[in-house]
Amino acid sequence: MPSPDPSSGTAPRTALVPGEIPSATIEAVGRELMTRAAITIPADFKNGVQQMAETETQPLAKYVLDQICCNYDAAEEDLRPMCGDTGLPRFYVKMGNDCRLQGGFAALERGLRKATADGTREIPLRPNRVHPLSRKDFDNNLGVHAPEIQYSFEPEGDWLDITTVHKGGLFGSDYRMLFPADGIAGIKKFFLDTMVEFGRRGMACQPAVVGLGIGGCKDTTMRIAKEAACLRAVGDRNPEREISELEQELKVLGNSIGMGPMGFVGSSMVIDAHVEIAYTHTGGMPVAIHTFCFASRRATARITPDGEVAYRSDPQWFTPYYRREGIE
Amino acid sequence: MSEISLKDVKMDTVRLKCPVDAEALRKLKLGDLVFLDGPLFTGREGVYKRYLAEGVDPPVPFREISNVNFHCSPAAKILPEGGYEVKAVTATASFRFSKWMPAWLEKTGVKLIIGKGGMTTEDYRRTFVPNQAVYLTTVGYGLGATYGRGIAGVRAVYWLEELGIAQAMWVLDCAGMGPFIVESDAEGNSLFELSNREINRNLGKLYEGLPEPALRRFGEITNREDEVL
Ligand code: SF4
Repeated sequence: MPSPDPSSGTAPRTALVPGEIPSATIEAVGRELMTRAAITIPADFKNGVQQMAETETQPLAKYVLDQICCNYDAAEEDLRPMCGDTGLPRFYVKMGNDCRLQGGFAALERGLRKATADGTREIPLRPNRVHPLSRKDFDNNLGVHAPEIQYSFEPEGDWLDITTVHKGGLFGSDYRMLFPADGIAGIKKFFLDTMVEFGRRGMACQPAVVGLGIGGCKDTTMRIAKEAACLRAVGDRNPEREISELEQELKVLGNSIGMGPMGFVGSSMVIDAHVEIAYTHTGGMPVAIHTFCFASRRATARITPDGEVAYRSDPQWFTPYYRREGIE
Repeated sequence: MSEISLKDVKMDTVRLKCPVDAEALRKLKLGDLVFLDGPLFTGREGVYKRYLAEGVDPPVPFREISNVNFHCSPAAKILPEGGYEVKAVTATASFRFSKWMPAWLEKTGVKLIIGKGGMTTEDYRRTFVPNQAVYLTTVGYGLGATYGRGIAGVRAVYWLEELGIAQAMWVLDCAGMGPFIVESDAEGNSLFELSNREINRNLGKLYEGLPEPALRRFGEITNREDEVL
């Protein structure tokens, strides 16, 4: 199989129709997002870890938290990736209903693939993506279904939001089919199991933001758990009161295990817990858990048809429309 | 052997020269913070398979390069004028390499293994101690930029074509690279095991009132005081 060509796909129409988002801008912004995500820790996350470093009382755990904070600064000062394992780059694309793209969706995807390959070579990122069996690596983080690009839409607006997440971590995520009879206690137990199991020796690279998906079909459960971990800002709460309370309880529970970073004794495990739900089969209650390690690489930009680009920290992925609030 | 406890951990700072000498290794105490100078090489499953299973020797014998083996792969840039720049390195989980350690330590003379998360106490006692080898864990673990700062240069890269950037063997020159934490000392004690013991005391209380789920799973590990390694 030949090396995946980042520029394969439909060639853009040469002429830009007024009102369209130019494909060159998409590619340039994609490339810039790759750099920002790899190097600059989002402010909400940094504050969360700094607060933990201030309150942690156990010496080993505190030392590690201080080092994590110094590393965030070192990355920004020297323009180095914050973690040498630069994760698996992926994209979340959100569009207002009136957004139009030069060259259409294929051009957008080609631009993001090219941004991934160029960023990998130039930043540089570690070329982590390999064939699952042959382990073939094209050294550009491209491949079959790689990078993942997910879409969502908003009823109003002509803008395009692009978020990249460089998700690391082979440990700290799990799925389990629970049942209505298991209730909240069952969710808590599964949460604790995952934290204790993967928190030992710090395999999950905690402190982490933990995302839980409850309900849906298995794939939905996994997806919303990951999005809850990676796309919601630290401190943000789910609008449903019961869920927001559960988030707070899980955060406290995770920090009462007695474990800190690297699995050392401490109380700094969970920077925040985010829960998302999806309607599910009447007989079941599937649950998925995802941890977003302390190298929580995430960057977002909004492009408008006038060519303006605005970078921001909060991906604003979970909107009332996305959660289908009030939609019959 | 005297029982060590977490209270004995002093977190003293130690500077080590690579290749490391036996005396310096014997002095390391659990929890010491180590900074390295001199050459080390990266090696993980790709290198282990190639050398141990396929019997291919590197262009320069391991013993002539260093006796320090880092379980990692760098985020490296190939410079237009030739050569490489490594900006960030982060270790990969070491427990996966347990099966290669006996032959590896014996054949290569490696005395210092650096990685993520350590290995089991059984690995240390059975394999590391008889080979006078010690294990350092990286901190965090995602301190890629911090460790990247401690790399003065890339001396050589072997098997880049055959194994790719991530699995190739990188010979890195360290200048105060660290901090690393002594996870296992010359006697095979383990800092993670001490931490686990302490944490396990709390688990009974933590799980109180949380019943088993309605549908169980075939379990490989059911005692929550055990590790899943
Ligand atoms: S889990 Fe995160 S912090 Fe840990 S090595 Fe992977 S990317 Fe880095």
